[in-house]
Amino acid sequence: MVSELINANPIVYEKKERRARSAPIAVEEYAVEPIDQQEVFDHVRDIKDPEHPYSLEELKVITEDAIEVDDQQSYVRITFTPTVEHCSMATIIGLCLRVKLLRSLPSRYKVDIRVAPGSHASESAVNKQLNDKERVAAALENPNLVDMVDECLAPSYD
Amino acid sequence: MAEPSQLSHLIESFVDSSRSPTQQVREMQMYLTTTDNIIRARGILLLAEVLTCLATKPLDNATLHSLIGFFTDRLADWKALRGALVGCLALMRRKSSAGVVTSTDAKAVAESFLQNLQVQSLGQHDRKLCFELLECLLEHYPNTVTPMGDELIYGICEAVDSEKDPQCLMLTFHIVEVLVQLFPDTSGPFASFAGDLFEILSCYFPIHFTHPRGEDLGIKRDDLSRALMLAFSSTPLFEPFAIPLLLEKLSSSLPSAKLDSLKYLSSCTSNYGPERMAKHARAIWLSIKDALYTSLQEPTLSFTSESLDGLVFQENEIAKEALTLLQQVIMQNNGLFLSLIVEDEDINIILNAVPSYESYNDIPLQGKLKLFAAGCILSISTKTSVACCNMIFESFFPRLMEILGLSEKNLSGDHSPKDNYLISKRLNFGALYLSVELLAACRDLIAGSTQIACKSVSTYETSYCMLHSFSNLLTKAFCSTLVTSHHDADIYFGVKGLQILATFPGDVSPVPISEFENILITFMSIITVNFKKTLLWRLTLKALMNIGSFIDRNNESEKILIYMRIVVEKIVSLVSLDDVTMPFPLKLEAISGIGTSGLNYMLHIIQGFEEAIFANLSEIYVHGNLKSAKITIWLLECYSNKLLPWIHENGVFEEVLLRFPINIWKQIESCVDFSVPEKELLDAMMTAMKHAVAFCSEESQNEIIQKAYNVLSSSTSFPLKESMALTIPFQLEGLQLTQKMDNLSCRDEWILSLFASVVIAVRPQTHIPNVKVILNLFITTLLKGHVPAAQALGSIVNKFGKSSTGSEISSDCTLEEALDIIFQLKLWTHQDNGALLRCSVTGSEMGHTDLCQAVVNNKLPQILAITGLSWIGKGLLLRGHDKVKDVTMIFLECLLSNGNALPLSQHSLENSCEQDLHASVMKSAADAFRILMSDSEVCLNRKFHAIIRPLYKQRFFSTMMPILRPLIMKSDSLLSRSMLYGAFAHIISETPLVAVLGEAKKLIPILLDCLFMLNKDAQDKDILYSLLLVLSGILTDKDGQEAVVDNAHLVINCLTGLIAYPHMMLVRETAIQCLVAMSELPHARIYPMRIQVLQAISKALDDSRRAVRQEAVRCRQAWASIASRSLHF
Repeated sequence: MVSELINANPIVYEKKERRARSAPIAVEEYAVEPIDQQEVFDHVRDIKDPEHPYSLEELKVITEDAIEVDDQQSYVRITFTPTVEHCSMATIIGLCLRVKLLRSLPSRYKVDIRVAPGSHASESAVNKQLNDKERVAAALENPNLVDMVDECLAPSYD
Repeated sequence: MAEPSQLSHLIESFVDSSRSPTQQVREMQMYLTTTDNIIRARGILLLAEVLTCLATKPLDNATLHSLIGFFTDRLADWKALRGALVGCLALMRRKSSAGVVTSTDAKAVAESFLQNLQVQSLGQHDRKLCFELLECLLEHYPNTVTPMGDELIYGICEAVDSEKDPQCLMLTFHIVEVLVQLFPDTSGPFASFAGDLFEILSCYFPIHFTHPRGEDLGIKRDDLSRALMLAFSSTPLFEPFAIPLLLEKLSSSLPSAKLDSLKYLSSCTSNYGPERMAKHARAIWLSIKDALYTSLQEPTLSFTSESLDGLVFQENEIAKEALTLLQQVIMQNNGLFLSLIVEDEDINIILNAVPSYESYNDIPLQGKLKLFAAGCILSISTKTSVACCNMIFESFFPRLMEILGLSEKNLSGDHSPKDNYLISKRLNFGALYLSVELLAACRDLIAGSTQIACKSVSTYETSYCMLHSFSNLLTKAFCSTLVTSHHDADIYFGVKGLQILATFPGDVSPVPISEFENILITFMSIITVNFKKTLLWRLTLKALMNIGSFIDRNNESEKILIYMRIVVEKIVSLVSLDDVTMPFPLKLEAISGIGTSGLNYMLHIIQGFEEAIFANLSEIYVHGNLKSAKITIWLLECYSNKLLPWIHENGVFEEVLLRFPINIWKQIESCVDFSVPEKELLDAMMTAMKHAVAFCSEESQNEIIQKAYNVLSSSTSFPLKESMALTIPFQLEGLQLTQKMDNLSCRDEWILSLFASVVIAVRPQTHIPNVKVILNLFITTLLKGHVPAAQALGSIVNKFGKSSTGSEISSDCTLEEALDIIFQLKLWTHQDNGALLRCSVTGSEMGHTDLCQAVVNNKLPQILAITGLSWIGKGLLLRGHDKVKDVTMIFLECLLSNGNALPLSQHSLENSCEQDLHASVMKSAADAFRILMSDSEVCLNRKFHAIIRPLYKQRFFSTMMPILRPLIMKSDSLLSRSMLYGAFAHIISETPLVAVLGEAKKLIPILLDCLFMLNKDAQDKDILYSLLLVLSGILTDKDGQEAVVDNAHLVINCLTGLIAYPHMMLVRETAIQCLVAMSELPHARIYPMRIQVLQAISKALDDSRRAVRQEAVRCRQAWASIASRSLHF
């Protein structure tokens, strides 16, 4: 199969040091640790890019600052930045993010996934597609797509 | 072809003693000469193997001659070469006792070899054999092969050229090394071949080893590299080729190449000799310098709480090798290299740059690296020899002193104005660092070579004089740095400098004794006053410890006296002083630190320490001063945790160990009455007592226990009469005794507890006086809830009658009698208990049935009795005594009994909380199993000389399980069932996993029920967790998984229940991890449970703790992916 890569030569950034949680020695047994930005970021940072063997973190598609979490309101909003403006993979990346969070966050959460403003040619179309429940469900009925998503998610479970 | 083992077997049967090799040859004639290549090759190989096996069988010369002749000829037969090679090797390697090949024959072999063999066209194994044969020729017949000269060398060159197999390479490198030794003459035949030979060798350098796993061949990269190095440095003739190559590779960017080059250069230097190396000196020096500068990395100042290493540069092998090489070349040719160093531009530039930066932080990174490199170079060259030391000092020391502001001019004038000057000026860091490095190197040089130290001082006049004249100023400068500077690096080197000045070896020290005194005084003032500057304080303490251990090691009596006077006495006085400015824990740290740096100091300190303890104790006894109690606790803890173990490790100080317990007893004896409410103090005393006694020898322990017994018997509360024994009088007295115990005075309680401590810690051989009475005393006191008494009892039965010689030591009582005494007290158990009847070995009269009914008219003492009995049981269990069964039977009876059936409570049914109490009795019986199985810190361990049988836990586990399992199944009362589960959990969670795995299949159902039961009560969370760990151990083991398969649904039910366990995060986390392990079971088994697990896990995704959520995500993925991916999204 000879297919052109959409972004043949992406810039690869360094991975950020995994911030070790400074676990207090004597944590109170019944203390509550709310879900926070870093935790959500840890869920998605290792997702593989659909066309390169790099993680979304390495390609700076996802950064920790682009994640907004409100544990009280059960709300997460992720803004990701495709590497090139006309990236047709944007929807796949968005789908991966959504599936990963579906599988990792409690069901009470509402997840909102958007493309960073101005980073994609058909921004509003992509946003609409990613946040349409029906279309996401339909996409996950497609075995090819599910295979692709699972492949991208595999490294994030290690 | 047959397998090698079969082959050798065959040969062995073939070669019985009746056959000689000659006969064999005759019998095999046809096979050795046939024209069929394959048969001939096999025939020759068989003969060769036979000869290998017969290496020790004597053969006469004629046979040997004909055999070797045959094999020599066969070398030309390339189709049957293997056999010929093996045969030659077997014959050539024979020991002289069994007859060896003559040199004429050997020569024939060599000639045939050179003429017929094209080594590089052969297979790997044949090549290896060829090289072995060559090696053998060169090593065993040097005189025969040497005359072959050129021909031989040329042949070898040809044979080894472009060899690639590691095993063969090892041989070829060695062949070159041996070959070179045969032709030592520089003008001989070898000289003309040196270039060619080196060319063959040089292409292997640096060794590039690509075999993925070196262990397949048993050869690693390092082995090859070392062999090549030996070949490289084998002859000076290689010098014109080797040194340029090595220097070139040294500049490579590959770290391993650099490292190898440095190592090879060191090796070559020592073998090539100074004349040949001299012309490379400058190039080598430049390369070393370069390697040092480029290999160093950024230093880190590590002054964190524990490590006080100061300026730490990453441990760097290249730098280390470079410095070794530098030392080597300087040692070989010191004049030349030193002049290179002294005149070196870089070092001068570094020195010139030093004054421009005042403090450590001002220096840029590159500057730091250069400074450090210069420090290393100077330090190594100073250390090399006395002459070097002089030269380096001459050229650099005055300059450094000038930068520090301690110039020569100041020396002559009077001292008073300079003192002020020094204190006002801050020392330059760079110069401080370099001068400390120089001092350290000089000290190491003098200390390292004791011979020099004995010689006259004049041998290292220059450096000595310089140091001598500057020592005063340096001391002052360093001291002032400590006081004025606030920078960590300055402080570190200040302390280090002073420490070095104080540790020049005695009689040749350039530092006068008065300076030594000054240094100690400065340090001590820091210790006592500047304790708020943590870093300074710790460094100082460490320096003092180093100085102490140094002078102690070198036996410098004069300095030791000064040290004793200034440091030790002062520090001892710290603990006794009522000085509140310095925190007490710091005092203890200082004192134990100084004490552990030398025996003399420790003896002194421990005496002061004990005095302080006793002074404080008497303060407590007499005045009831509670402020002293806190201090005493500290003192005792330090005594038992730090000082005692050190004393024990460092030689026998029997009298010191003995003194402390004896004095404690004396003191208690002399105080007629006292009252101390502090429980902690008693605990600390008991710990100290136990440790002190445990370290003592048997004789001392006898003395201590006798003393303790005297004090105990003189006490009015414990009527320890000889007549008081097993019989009826005891019951009555015992009754009185227990009544008395109700109002046991504080002093008596102390005496009892300390006596129990002594008994706990003694060795098995130690004689305990009047055991029967002691046993009775402990039994009665344990019923009052005195746990140490129970532990002492456990300890007595554990060590009873087991002496090193095997003979009975205690003449007045045997173990059986002792046990009878214990078990005859019927309060343990029911009136009509069969277990007890069985356990009375000697069948002593059972008439005391109602003994304790009067005493035990409620349940509380029963609980205490059970606790006590569990310690006794533990003592028995550890030594593997049968009676432990009876003890456990009593516990089981207790667990099974129903409340109103308990005989001891027959008359007290009116008690309304009867049922509750009954439950707690059962609980204590279940807990008794924990005491039995778990390791204890306070008694019955190796430290306190307990007799511990190997695998006692496994043994107990396998005896108890067949008993417990049916009991649990049959039990119909909910309460006793849950208690039985408790006992089960305690046993199984303390048993080594291996033993549990063997029984896993049978245990799993009970284990799951047990988990289910424990799930109900938050109090059981710890035991629940340890039980869950057992389950997870089973699940992660291969055999364990097989055992689980049948009960998979039960396990999953149980685990999904535990996912929501609210009381302990670790339980939830472990339960989820167990579920992950479950997902690896056979698909068909677990598929039906998939939905159940996923539902449970989705709740865990919303757990309050992060660790649990993370595990939940993993677990969810593991279970979701065992079937179709499209779940309910």
